[in-house]
Amino acid sequence: MAFFERLFAGLGKTREQLDDNLAEVFDRDSIDDDFYDDLEELLILSDIGVAATQNIIDGLKQDERSEHIRKPAALGTHLVAKVKEQLEKCPADYTFEEQRSVVLVVGVNGAGKTTTIGKLAMKYKEHGKKVMIAAADTFRAAALEQLEIWADRSKVQLITGQDGQDPSSVVYDAVSAAKARDMDILLIDTAGRLNNKKNLMEELKKMKRIIDREYPEAYRETLLVLDGTCGQNAVSQARDFKDATDVTGIVITKLDGSSKGGMAIAVQSELSIPVKYIGVGEGTDDLQRFDTDDYVKALFYREDNTGDGDETE
Amino acid sequence: MAFESLTDKLQNVFKGLRRKGRLTESDVKEALREVKMALLEADVNFKVVKGFIKSIEERAVGTDVLNGLNPAQTVIKIVNEEMIALMGSETTELSFEPGKAMTVIMMCGLQGSGKTTTAAKLALKLSSKGKKSLLVACDVYRPAAFEQLRVNAEKVSADFFGIEGEKDTLRIVREAMDYAAERNDNVVIIDTAGRLQIDEVLMEELQNIKNAVTVHDTLLVVDAMTGQEAVNVAETFNEKVGIDGVILSKTDGDARGGAALSVKAVTGKPILFTGTGEKPEDFDQFYPDRMASRILGMGDVLSLIEKAGEQIDEDREREMSSRLRKGKFDFDDYLESLNQMKKMGGMSSILSMLPGMGQMLPKGAKMGDISDQIDDKKLARTEAIILSMTTEERHNPDLLNPSRKHRIANGAGVDIAEVNRFVKQFREAQKMMKRFPQMMGKRGRFKLPF
Repeated sequence: MAFFERLFAGLGKTREQLDDNLAEVFDRDSIDDDFYDDLEELLILSDIGVAATQNIIDGLKQDERSEHIRKPAALGTHLVAKVKEQLEKCPADYTFEEQRSVVLVVGVNGAGKTTTIGKLAMKYKEHGKKVMIAAADTFRAAALEQLEIWADRSKVQLITGQDGQDPSSVVYDAVSAAKARDMDILLIDTAGRLNNKKNLMEELKKMKRIIDREYPEAYRETLLVLDGTCGQNAVSQARDFKDATDVTGIVITKLDGSSKGGMAIAVQSELSIPVKYIGVGEGTDDLQRFDTDDYVKALFYREDNTGDGDETE
Repeated sequence: MAFESLTDKLQNVFKGLRRKGRLTESDVKEALREVKMALLEADVNFKVVKGFIKSIEERAVGTDVLNGLNPAQTVIKIVNEEMIALMGSETTELSFEPGKAMTVIMMCGLQGSGKTTTAAKLALKLSSKGKKSLLVACDVYRPAAFEQLRVNAEKVSADFFGIEGEKDTLRIVREAMDYAAERNDNVVIIDTAGRLQIDEVLMEELQNIKNAVTVHDTLLVVDAMTGQEAVNVAETFNEKVGIDGVILSKTDGDARGGAALSVKAVTGKPILFTGTGEKPEDFDQFYPDRMASRILGMGDVLSLIEKAGEQIDEDREREMSSRLRKGKFDFDDYLESLNQMKKMGGMSSILSMLPGMGQMLPKGAKMGDISDQIDDKKLARTEAIILSMTTEERHNPDLLNPSRKHRIANGAGVDIAEVNRFVKQFREAQKMMKRFPQMMGKRGRFKLPF
């Protein structure tokens, strides 16, 4: 329960804000344009994103007509269902954790890539996997040292390059080493890059090509790390990184203090990339698999409704 | 880009309105709904949007639709003015203690907002103002944060202080003050660990630092990509620690930066600088008016002009314009203009600052698609081609025969077809340059031939 409680607390501000405002909107006497306008605003406010909001509103309008709903209150449960629908468009697949795999980790600067890798490495190691980390962030000062400390903590192998070295060559070395040393999972840390930087995105494509070419027999996963405090730009980031590296899963970090989280819906709905992990704290155990039910509960339900909250995983 | 489509949307709202000559309440209401959605999409905080829209509404109702300006432009003009007012009407400078007295600056913010990088950038910026800075590593939590700041300090030639392995931040700052006095530094920049604003223990740590030493400026670093949360972060940091100013990082991304508006609105504290790239010198003063017009898709001509002025070597510029006035333009000149462009942050950065770029793009296209065609990598290959020429060839393009071109292609590591293409392109530029003397007034500034 601890994990769920933290998520619940983390999303508390969103919920409070949404709750009060939702209550006001759903307590109205009739369903009219104002009702939908205000609801639209509320959803956007929780960072759910314009496109997903539109989907949800359109769905509600349809339900209203087909089921002859007259009172806003009756639409409440429909709303929760619609939000879940957006989230269930693309179920998360964790095959990469079962098979021999290479996991490329990408994202903008400061999203939390290195920390996420450190936590994943620790977790896989605990599950008895043979884990290797590649430090392909050769740009940021001390990125390597930061990974070294994580590798040390979790006692996994680390492949490094020199500062300023072509990151693709580090990837090449790491793939060869992972094959030679019979690793289960190779986690590749890349330098943070803003999604509108053409050249840097090309650099990522190159790394991806090398993995595809050198290790086709491995299961290839690309995880995009998004900062939980990020707003509408999350969708833009996801789109550009998907174009460049065919992102297969998303990790949302820093969800503990944030009132955000709606972006999880925006990204899944608009780009059909499943959220696979969310981080709600600094501890290693605070990075957990994403669970739709828990998430929707954390987003919408009041405190006294959480009694039946399931454990994640 | 939200605000570019905002212009379109407003134009639609006001279609056929021109004859009316005056905006009615319902016209304005409809237009403002579009403005509101656009602002929300741009991550401007909900509460801020509400107040903002209200003040625009008051101004816009009953406004005469000026001749020459259509109603959409009138509304945008008002939005723009209000936005500037909201972000602080004028540029605020960081203040320093008089004379040689030491100014102490503390950086704070969420994890990953860019404090460590920004601290070094700030030191570099201040060194150009004659200040000597000491960077202090006070992030005792994140692995290798110490090392990162040490390396960054070296890059910007600032002094560095830290005690590796020490967890007591108060001891670090106290000893740092002594060290700064010893080294004759007059600015001390304390880098702190990233923390969530709801983390009571860590927020107290910042208060304790402020109690232990005199901190003149506490600067909050805010990621330009931050969403609705920006307000909570800024409000809480201001309440618990007290901030004096804000630095907006990562503005070179494609986030709309509504966080900037929100933070200023709730804390009333000025935004001092913006981080504009990965290199230490990618750090600019914050200009509210420029930011507002950039957000509104009106381009940022002022910044561009200033940037050009800052980066282009005056002497060379004079020499070049005198050559150009004589109608001379060879490969060396071409190379020179390439280098100037690179200093200004490359093609994509210049493009994004030009006004009207948004409207020039076909529907659905992004800025990146355009810079695709003139992307910075291609410029690097062009540079390689020129550098593979002999001095004579550079001065006299007519020398280039197939055998020379072949050698150049080999030297530059490109296809001969690319050399041909480039020479052709150069000829075009040269033709344009020949017309330059007429285009350029007597004292005209040199313009890039692209």
